[in-house]
Amino acid sequence: MEAYLNLFVKSIFIENMIFAYFLGMCSYLAVSKTVKTAVGLGFAVIFVLAITVPINFLIDNYLLKPGALKWLGKEYESIDLSFLSFIMFIAVIASMVQLVEMIVERFSPELYGALGIFLPLIAVNCAILGGSLFMQQKDFSGITESAVYGLGSGIGWLLAIVAIAAIREKIAYSNVPAPLRGLGITFIITGLMALGFMSFMGIKL
Amino acid sequence: MSKNKRKYKYAPKIFFINKDREPLFSKKNRALLIDPMDDNNPITVQVLGICSALAITVQLKPAIVMSLSVVAVMAASNVIISILRDLIPNRIRIIVQLVVVASMVILVDQVLRAFAYDVSKELSIFIGLIITNCIVMGRLEAFALGNGVWRSFLDGIGNAAGYGFILIVVAFFRELFGSGKLLGYQVIPDFIYDMGYVNNGLMLLSPMALITVGLFIWFQRSRNRTLIEKN
Repeated sequence: MEAYLNLFVKSIFIENMIFAYFLGMCSYLAVSKTVKTAVGLGFAVIFVLAITVPINFLIDNYLLKPGALKWLGKEYESIDLSFLSFIMFIAVIASMVQLVEMIVERFSPELYGALGIFLPLIAVNCAILGGSLFMQQKDFSGITESAVYGLGSGIGWLLAIVAIAAIREKIAYSNVPAPLRGLGITFIITGLMALGFMSFMGIKL
Repeated sequence: MSKNKRKYKYAPKIFFINKDREPLFSKKNRALLIDPMDDNNPITVQVLGICSALAITVQLKPAIVMSLSVVAVMAASNVIISILRDLIPNRIRIIVQLVVVASMVILVDQVLRAFAYDVSKELSIFIGLIITNCIVMGRLEAFALGNGVWRSFLDGIGNAAGYGFILIVVAFFRELFGSGKLLGYQVIPDFIYDMGYVNNGLMLLSPMALITVGLFIWFQRSRNRTLIEKN
């Protein structure tokens, strides 16, 4: 239990998707103009990450890894399909996003209306594929671990986008040098926030 | 050509005028190559493809390898999508694009693993992340789906080069000030160190990539004031 908690905190703060790895920056910059839309997108990302990382974990462990096809019989033991992992992961992500979209539309039209355009965009959010690729690289031992990791990185992403959206709402009232307005100042603020988040790095979990 | 009369959702009609009679490097085609370097840079103006851009700019070498990989992937997938553009049903185009891009990325990844294993280890997951690099998808959606093969090829090369340009500039400054080296060779001579110069370790940390890009945007927009955002 403690190990899961550690991994959870680590994936939110220390290995924050945006501040440590810059994943999902495109939508982070494009959708952070108001807090409300940022929260919507953030929750959608949490949802999709928490689903796709465990599914991709299963696919990686039972189909793709060297020796993963052992359950089919001894003669399949030597097969290594890991070069297919990019295409498998992205296919899973794209179809999961489609599925989530349909489920949300069917059971909660309100949420669907709120997330609306952001849901299909998530398929091409680097944070989602990044989550799965990090999962593969980190060699998690079980499905719970990968689910916790997915959930944690999603929450970290939400935290980052809501924080920058709040700052951008306020910065609209301040006198930024003209060439720096908009994109430039957002980059620099993100850099400063990332410096702040680096203080978490000293924590050993 | 009768094909040209078809209505394309994503490109204005002007792209199709006289397409067949143009020389290969006409002015308009050259603009496709040159515009993304400055006025229409994918990173600093279109805000595409930042995701994978920043984490690999600590040193010049991985940045150059990454730029070359993106050039290869973008040129190839732009050409393929442009060839298929009349065959792809509109509803499933995202999946088709993802599959094409993913296969190109797998090719690049395997080539890197075979011939430059060290760099491929260093780039770790970021080669895979070219798939979801917004630059690739963005240009496929905005350009290749509505334009001819040669123009799409040029657009792919141009935009990937614009992306690579920023990557290399950022990596240049980070490696120079962070470790006093370029491409792994020491550039700042020893006597400067003897005089008390110290490498700025902060440049090696990831936040400085963001700040360097921010400063670059500042520089670019104060030179080219048409790019300033109204806000």
